Amino acid sequence: MRAISCIAVSVFRESVRDRVPYNLVIFAILLIASSFFLGQLTAGQDVKIIKDLGLAATAVFGLFIAIFIGIGLVSKEVERRSIYGLLAKPISRPQLILGKYAGLVLTLAVNVTVMTIALYAVLAYMTWTTAPALQTAWDAPGIDARLLKSVFLIFVELMLITALALFFSTFSTPLLSAALTLGLYIVGHFNADLRNFETVVESKTAAWLARGLYHLLPDLSAFDVKTQVVHGLEVPAGYLALTAGYGVLYIALLLIVSILIFSRRDFK
Amino acid sequence: MTARTHQGPPAATLAAIAGIVLCVAGAVSLQIARDRLYAGHSRETARILYVRSGEAVKRLALDFDALWADVYWIRAIQHYGGERLNDVGRRNYELLFPLVDLTTTLDPYFSIAYRFGAIFLSEAPPGGPGRPDQAIALLRKGVAAQPGKWQYLHDIAFVYYWHFRDFDTAAMWFQRAAELPNAPNWLKPLAASVLGAGSDRASARFLWNQILQSEEEWLRRNASRALSQLDAVDAVDALQAIVNRFPPPAGGQYSWEALVRRRVLRGIPLDPVGTPFELDPATGRVALSRSSSLSPLPQHLQIPPS
Repeated sequence: MRAISCIAVSVFRESVRDRVPYNLVIFAILLIASSFFLGQLTAGQDVKIIKDLGLAATAVFGLFIAIFIGIGLVSKEVERRSIYGLLAKPISRPQLILGKYAGLVLTLAVNVTVMTIALYAVLAYMTWTTAPALQTAWDAPGIDARLLKSVFLIFVELMLITALALFFSTFSTPLLSAALTLGLYIVGHFNADLRNFETVVESKTAAWLARGLYHLLPDLSAFDVKTQVVHGLEVPAGYLALTAGYGVLYIALLLIVSILIFSRRDFK
Repeated sequence: MTARTHQGPPAATLAAIAGIVLCVAGAVSLQIARDRLYAGHSRETARILYVRSGEAVKRLALDFDALWADVYWIRAIQHYGGERLNDVGRRNYELLFPLVDLTTTLDPYFSIAYRFGAIFLSEAPPGGPGRPDQAIALLRKGVAAQPGKWQYLHDIAFVYYWHFRDFDTAAMWFQRAAELPNAPNWLKPLAASVLGAGSDRASARFLWNQILQSEEEWLRRNASRALSQLDAVDAVDALQAIVNRFPPPAGGQYSWEALVRRRVLRGIPLDPVGTPFELDPATGRVALSRSSSLSPLPQHLQIPPS
């Protein structure tokens, strides 16, 4: 456990050295500038749009970090040949994989937390500067705890994408890993269509195959509840629990397969 | 040992800064020249909508459909506002429906987009495209997305009432809206009143007054304008009665000044926004001035020539 946490902290420090936190500054500027301009453009929908923008930016920045750092977690060590030094230490290969993963998840957690605080700060300011009579037109209050439900699912989705990137990183080059992760991210959002494939094809085999792919590929569209929380609609706790549970199990599966592949790799 | 003296930035740095300044100034100048010479081009491209299928955009948007809905919403506002600022003959609202349709496909809970569409799609030219049919289609889409929202049913009823002058259908939709939970208690009597005396101005005034209570500022603004139009039509009726009662002497012409001199009126009558009413010197017909911001009146409020 200690070895895993040491590796995780070192991955986190490396991401700070790589100037990853700079994206937080861009995020803050984006939100503050948007809150200033949107009031003029949106016919009273500025708070809704700030929420949409804040949640979407959290997801996009997180996605870039997850993919572009995740793909280098293992392959960079192999390319730089620093993997030999690492493996010579009293660290097992599973510990290395888990530590690398935990480090990037820690980076993402800090990132998502700071972005969420910035989003709430901007929303608090907008609520404070808007007359109570105008606030009655909002679908949901400016400072709404329900946003955290979406933030939570975004974070689980980012954890899953990190696991995907790490998985590809264990056997492939960074460029190919990035392409494959991004491809699966896109496919994951169309995945729900495969579920009802039998309604558009007659072939039983094709329908069966589609259903199999639906279960095999990550179902990322389920993690998106941004629209619901922004409009103040209820997202049941059961839905959150089932989706998060699905995410955690998928991550566990990817980590196990990554460990298996990485353990069998020959670095001679 | 030598002391380093401050010699200022080297010539290469100064040359680079000068180059950057020159490039920026040149690019901005060319941009301004292009905008001036080809002003029509940017206006035409603003009227292009590359993808009209909401479902296609929804697919392309991946996780970010709500954000794309906001983008299309801002475009709808800009399109409508931009066309309203255009010269009357050049106004073209053809993108309004596809834009609000895309917005509501991407975010089916975007209430304001349905209501905005209902009011402005149905507004007659030159204030809008005059498409109450599209307004109804959009609102029906809203009802399908959120069947419990009485506001959409109310707006459908309103479009039937105000634009189609179909009071039976309007009353039916008001009744359906009244039956929904959380519907205000004034909807039921309104349904009865519309069915009984649909065409009278009192019902219209009541309806607009209800819309005036809305939380949305632009809805209130629209309601306020419609109420001013109703006030103006009432004033035209009252003034016409006065003009008819006090005709000019034989061979004379109708004029407000003559009526003021005869102390029939205390001054030249003004409409609710402060523009003088028109008085036809030959026929004595009173009308809202075309230069008034309340003009043109909706078709059914226009007073036929006597």
